Amino acid sequence: MSPALLVFALVGTVAVAASILVVAMRNPVHSALFLLLTFLCVAVLFVMKDAEFVGAVQVLVYAGGIMVLFLFVVMLINVRHLPDERVLSNFWKGGFAVGLAVFILFFTLVRPGVYHDPVSSDKALRSTYTYRHRKVKQPDGTVVRKLIRRGKVVGNSEAVGMALYTDYLVPFEVASLFLLVAMIGAIVIGKRELSAIEEENVPAYMLERVETEHAVKGGMGA
Amino acid sequence: MPDAIPSTEAYLMLSGTLFAVGLVGVIIRRNMITVLMAVELMMNAVNINLVAFSHRFASLEGQIFAIFIITVAAGEAAVGLAIIIQLYRLKSSINVDDARSLNG
Repeated sequence: MSPALLVFALVGTVAVAASILVVAMRNPVHSALFLLLTFLCVAVLFVMKDAEFVGAVQVLVYAGGIMVLFLFVVMLINVRHLPDERVLSNFWKGGFAVGLAVFILFFTLVRPGVYHDPVSSDKALRSTYTYRHRKVKQPDGTVVRKLIRRGKVVGNSEAVGMALYTDYLVPFEVASLFLLVAMIGAIVIGKRELSAIEEENVPAYMLERVETEHAVKGGMGA
Repeated sequence: MPDAIPSTEAYLMLSGTLFAVGLVGVIIRRNMITVLMAVELMMNAVNINLVAFSHRFASLEGQIFAIFIITVAAGEAAVGLAIIIQLYRLKSSINVDDARSLNG
């Protein structure tokens, strides 16, 4: 067994076990920490398939950003967990059945040896391409302009960045617009609006701040 | 064979397992935060598939798609968690079966 297969078996086992624990844990904080472990294992799997940039983004965005968001919300909501509270929803029998069906489906579709792995060259995953026209003289004397593709072997990050800024420029910009919309949406949805009754009962320190603002404004006007 | 890397089938089986676990989590859990975590798990399983096939066909497209999926997952988590917070303010509960006001 080669070292790569050994690492894959180890990391894959840890990833599957941690993902089962994400679903099985009663406390959401424990779930979030096992989810973090799963994300890190998946990042290792990405790097093993020559996707270094995706692995780095996985660690930065998932393990760094999304997990912090989850932990923030878990601590903000701070639900008291009663020990005899039900964890499973009413559909748990159907849920297990559907999960088992999907699992069996995948394992019957993906038998070993379905995809004959070629002697894979990862050069394409590390190359950037430039295109240019070149005049080529045909054997019969005519001159034809041909499009020549020239590859240059760089790193995976540079290749991905080049592809994102050339072939996938429009999806890239749409993704940035999507993030802006998601940010505004999250702020608007999550914003707390005080009702009239609540405004009468706001804590003292908030009223103090309002009074200070009035005083500052009055002082400026005078 | 010094650098025998794990085959595409092994990656697909692993990703199928993670996807099934995530699907079970989405359906059976009552806690809405855990449901959202299970959705993230399913997205990660899809990403494993894309990266494995990107390597199999020696093409960069799978990795690009994986990056876009990660972007969408980040936005989805932000909006989903904002909805959960608002629901908690409204119902004082984040169980999925408490949020059935529209259920006639």
